[in-house]
Amino acid sequence: MARKTPIQFRLNGADRAAFVDAADTLLNTLRRSLGDFAPKYGCGQGACGVCTVLIDGEPHLSCLTLAVATEGRSVETASGLADGPALHPLQAAFMEHFAAQCGFCTPGMLMAAKALLDHNPSPTRQDVVEAIAGNICRCTGYEPIINAILDAALKRGSRRA
Amino acid sequence: MAIDVRSCATMAEAAGILSGDRSARLLGGGTIVMRDVNEGRLTEGVIIRIADPAFRQIAASGSRVELGAGVTMAMVLASRDLAFLHAPARAIGGPAVRSMASIGGNLFAQTPYGDFAVALLALDAQVTVQSGYGGARSLGIEEFLAARDRGGQGGGQGDGHGNALGLVTSVSLQRPASAEAFRFRKVSRVKPKGVSVMCIAAHLPGGARITNARVAYGAMAPTPIRARGVERALEGKALDAASIAAAQLAAGEGVQPATDAIASAWYRREVLPVHLGRLLMNEAG
Repeated sequence: MARKTPIQFRLNGADRAAFVDAADTLLNTLRRSLGDFAPKYGCGQGACGVCTVLIDGEPHLSCLTLAVATEGRSVETASGLADGPALHPLQAAFMEHFAAQCGFCTPGMLMAAKALLDHNPSPTRQDVVEAIAGNICRCTGYEPIINAILDAALKRGSRRA
Repeated sequence: MAIDVRSCATMAEAAGILSGDRSARLLGGGTIVMRDVNEGRLTEGVIIRIADPAFRQIAASGSRVELGAGVTMAMVLASRDLAFLHAPARAIGGPAVRSMASIGGNLFAQTPYGDFAVALLALDAQVTVQSGYGGARSLGIEEFLAARDRGGQGGGQGDGHGNALGLVTSVSLQRPASAEAFRFRKVSRVKPKGVSVMCIAAHLPGGARITNARVAYGAMAPTPIRARGVERALEGKALDAASIAAAQLAAGEGVQPATDAIASAWYRREVLPVHLGRLLMNEAG
């Protein structure tokens, strides 16, 4: 039987630990070991973005990341966006703008959008298009998604002002 | 058998393992090796990670720039000193891919990927390779790509950084004489991001008269190649309508594009002069 490796990292602000196989991906560890089903398996090639998570605040593809490489780091997924029953502004905007159709791309879109707004609170439409360029929506609902992200930025900005 | 992951504190240690174990694969950003894991092409052997800070170091304050092979596209984009490389770095994937994909890995990306390597070829980069625990040696990127092509995708190759030549530890290049002298254009059908129909990079130093023109294509042959006919057509000339027309006539010399899901070989040949012309005329879009 293959030897398991213990890893520890912060997941959505909480310390978590798991035993993983050496070549386990972060995505498999999140879904199978830690029960976080927000990031999805799509293409497994880095083309669809549906497995996007933030590692130390930067967007990464969890299906192409070794779980052991996240030791001691901070991982954020769409599961950690809401604060109890209170949706994150991005989630609320996605709902208001009907930005989720089948919903499969939504967790990746939300994390790509969060990475953008965390670095650039006042993005242009082009900034948003660039930020989600690695995330595919096969329902082709890009316009509502872009509008939702711009609206979330606007609302976050007005709360700060 | 299963896959084992070894973390190496130094590049020398990683190079030693790569030279002694033909099944070992080096993990750079993960966008090549982990894809092979997910698709079942890599099911046993050793994956090597490098923790050496020098592997991800950027030295870009002088006229000569040195980039560790593990430097990511996002790190290039975050460096103001590397503004001349921002266009090719931005051409690689979306933000998540750019957080991961490394310069060294891009040297091993199979066509039609590997756009950054095309820019490095136009800029006449030197690739530093370490074999085993011995010393490192530097070779021109053209020689490196030819050796990579001969080596195929056999054991020891990585994400890549490592192949039969050894472990790629860094890439160095001369900063272009001016921002205007270096141009890069990626052509894809999906906007804003898609796989290359082709990409073209040109370094055209010399001001009024071009001297030492260097033009490179991606996705027009099994590896990035130089457009020698175009270089000859531009050498010693001013960049005007006549020289650009001559360059377009010579655009197809030496190309061997593939037919793939992105474009046919015929289409790539047909549109190459158009996009070369747009690059040379510095047209947007």
